[in-house]
Amino acid sequence: MATAAEQWVLVEMVQALYEAPAYHLILEGILILWIIRLLFSKTYKLQERSDLTVKEKEELIEEWQPEPLVPPVPKDHPALNYNIVSGPPSHSIVVNGKKCVNFASFNFLGLLDNPRVKAAALASLKKYGVGTCGPRGFYGTFDVHLDLEDRLARFMKTEEAIIYSYGFATIASAIPAYSKRGDIVFADRAACFAIQKGLQASRSDIKLFKHNDMADLERLLKEQEIEDQKNPRKARVTRRFIVAEGLYVNTGAICPLPELVKLKYKYKARIFLEESLSFGVLGEHGRGVTEHFGINIDDIDLISANMENSLASIGGFCCGRSFVIDHQRLSGQGYCFSASLPPLLAAAAIEALNIMEENPGLFAVLKEKCKRIHKALQGISGLKVVGESFSPALHLQLEESTGSREKDIKLLQEIVNQCMSRSIALTQARYLEKEEKCLPPPRLVDMQI
Amino acid sequence: MTRPRSHTIHHVTQNGGLYKRPFNEAFEETPMLVAVLTYVGYGVLTLFGYLRDFLRHLRIEKCHRATEREEQKDFVSLYQDFENFYTRNLYMRIRDNWNRPICSVPGARVDIMERQSHDYNWSFKYTGNIIKGVINMGSYNYLGFARNTGACQEAAARVLEQYGVGVCSTRQEIGNLDKHEELEKLVASFLGVEAAMTYGMGFATNSMNIPALVGKGCLILSDELNHASLVLGARLSGATIRIFKHNNMQSLEKLLKDAIVYGQPRTRRPWKKILILVEGIYSMEGSIVRLPEVIALKKKYKAYLYLDEAHSIGALGPTGRGVVDYFGLDPEDVDVMMGTFTKSFGASGGYIGGKKELIDYLRTHSHSAVYATSLSPPVVEQIVTSMKCIMGQDGTTLGKECIQQLAENTRYFRRRLKEMGFIIYGNEDSPVVPLMLYMPAKIGAFGREMLKRNIGVVVVGFPATPIIESRARFCLSAAHTREILDTALKEIDEVGDLLQLKYSRHRLVPLLDRPFDETTYEETED
Repeated sequence: MATAAEQWVLVEMVQALYEAPAYHLILEGILILWIIRLLFSKTYKLQERSDLTVKEKEELIEEWQPEPLVPPVPKDHPALNYNIVSGPPSHSIVVNGKKCVNFASFNFLGLLDNPRVKAAALASLKKYGVGTCGPRGFYGTFDVHLDLEDRLARFMKTEEAIIYSYGFATIASAIPAYSKRGDIVFADRAACFAIQKGLQASRSDIKLFKHNDMADLERLLKEQEIEDQKNPRKARVTRRFIVAEGLYVNTGAICPLPELVKLKYKYKARIFLEESLSFGVLGEHGRGVTEHFGINIDDIDLISANMENSLASIGGFCCGRSFVIDHQRLSGQGYCFSASLPPLLAAAAIEALNIMEENPGLFAVLKEKCKRIHKALQGISGLKVVGESFSPALHLQLEESTGSREKDIKLLQEIVNQCMSRSIALTQARYLEKEEKCLPPPRLVDMQI
Repeated sequence: MTRPRSHTIHHVTQNGGLYKRPFNEAFEETPMLVAVLTYVGYGVLTLFGYLRDFLRHLRIEKCHRATEREEQKDFVSLYQDFENFYTRNLYMRIRDNWNRPICSVPGARVDIMERQSHDYNWSFKYTGNIIKGVINMGSYNYLGFARNTGACQEAAARVLEQYGVGVCSTRQEIGNLDKHEELEKLVASFLGVEAAMTYGMGFATNSMNIPALVGKGCLILSDELNHASLVLGARLSGATIRIFKHNNMQSLEKLLKDAIVYGQPRTRRPWKKILILVEGIYSMEGSIVRLPEVIALKKKYKAYLYLDEAHSIGALGPTGRGVVDYFGLDPEDVDVMMGTFTKSFGASGGYIGGKKELIDYLRTHSHSAVYATSLSPPVVEQIVTSMKCIMGQDGTTLGKECIQQLAENTRYFRRRLKEMGFIIYGNEDSPVVPLMLYMPAKIGAFGREMLKRNIGVVVVGFPATPIIESRARFCLSAAHTREILDTALKEIDEVGDLLQLKYSRHRLVPLLDRPFDETTYEETED
């Protein structure tokens, strides 16, 4: 029965074929042939449009000349020849063979040649050797590191602290651990280079506000709020951060922390504070800018500082609540992929912290000295002092620039040389001219001890 | 007509002519059953992960993690829940294998502080016990310079007394001590280059100097398995990055050819510079870079070579000068020789060596010289003493003995493990020995079983390795004596039988077949 039906359908088809008009058949035939051609022709490759033969390619390879790996450096480049310091870089320093008073190191509390610190480091050297031979995850965690993290957390009165083996890498690894592509970061224009690198590595949207200008920051935050209202869905997943420094390295100014905290709660942005210069300097006990202003430390989400200034060691740390800090143990690049801090440096930092806790009077002395020097430098003709009166790092800038940056640098270098010949060691603040986002004018840096 | 055949012959003779010693590298294929079971394992873990997350959401299960402040609950959440899925549900279960704190010198034997967890690894408590004398197969101590006695330590102690610990300034300001100048001259003579410059951190050496060398309009050709510091440095530089398959010279050659012929994408302008980023020894695979071929390619296509010898300096070569010495090549062929002092010299920090123009440029334009602190003086002294020891300049043959001991240990250890039937990746001469585990549960089990038997090993899983290729990684040291190695091998044998880790079917795939993939080499043969 089924086959008969099929046959019957076939017969009908053949009949239809005979009955169809000629043009119809021809058209259908052409279409079928076209389909067959399309099916079997080669696919259209974009690269084949290059039309270059093998010979032409070889000629191009022959002809191509790269630039030299590095451009030549002129012999009189100001930064080419470093000052050589023989002996320890403490209060009295021997630079290029000449003995000077050291006004150029970041040795704020004078702990660089403290005998207690040296003794602690020596004991650690005798126990552990020098290097740790591994990152924190792979047998590079020593009890000294855990001790130092614990002490720092207790000193700063936060829940947890995390140590990095290099000061520059601390903030440069901390920012990209939290802020990713699509997040928004409001940063100060005069932020230091390490912060700029951290922001670059994070691939977030960076919005710079004028240095220490809270009105400008508020304007940017308001603009962002308007944007958010247009797209609430996106706003719900975009994190916002404000990055500021306690005492700015580039200008010596202090950040207005109470206003920042107010803006934080009003616009729901988290604050990352970089306290390299203010840790161990500001505040009654040296806890930094939060103690100076009397702000609850839990209001700041992350405080990052390096131990290379007041603590006279090497490395850096971040402290804050466990909720925030613990994340860096798996996603801080400078923490996971790098060897840990040598134990002798950690032991030195612990001892320095002990000294800081035992003598809170140090900070008042430092403040006094800063104020005195700041006052004494006010009257110099031709140079103006940039920086707060209690900032241990002051900048001396030319009152009137000569017009070209190079001439300014040369003039300042002459001033430095003159001072050196009179046994005062000063230094020019160094910047990478092509890399800085907002290049500060040339100046001398003057540090307290 | 004869072209296809001469291609393959050409490759073989090129291979044979460039290498002065046999290059034996092997990566055995994952057995099919093992791969399937591994995926099943991860699947089960993921399901359980979802279940636990659900229970935590319903508050049936207690959430142990720290939470956001009450005042900040209406802020945009700091972490995306999904991002941490792996951390919460897989990593937490076996977290006790990492971050083990030690309290002695990280030499051949080490003392580990015992810790216990009563809430499934969410928090640890120290019992106060110390597990003494654990055989250390995890620290990067290739030449055994991690010591707290001896000439290096005494010299470092002297310098510490004299100079103190910190420097408190950058190289360009007032942080350049005479010790640094001495170290740089020594490093230059050690490597056989014109000049060298040192930095405070190995990671930062890469991330701060690659941006100084290349910028926009340049091309970076980077190996698939490069270290995070190289990847970060390449990203920060702003140059275009193209990745070639791991240690695969055909892939690299194709990229070079295409780059020069077609120029920059869209504008077709020629590239300003091409920089090839490779490492000496890749620490997760245990493979050694095919340096003779890379140098031949670099010379043919006029590219520049950046060699990161973090693991290979001191560990390879008859005189310990690294992978250049191992292949018997000229150090002047490598444009930028970078390395770290952490592994073979028992200190910390990094260096870059090369021509004088390069070092002059880096002294003026490197980010580290301008903004970051210089090396601490006792660390510098440790490097100087250990380097002099390796070079034989201290009057003893200790350096040479250590290098020979390391090479012997490497060969012996690898041979014994292969005989036992484990799958071992990498080159025969590399002191980094990855042993394949594959399954997620075995990662935790291996780490814990070995610690029970007093051997400390490093296990690695995702995301440091591809998801099914988790492994245990042994780092050999010249400080390991034959007895220590035999003890370790015996225990590894036992644990291997216990956990059924002996996957190898002794089908060592020959060199040319793997990892060369047909799809990378699309050149039409006419």
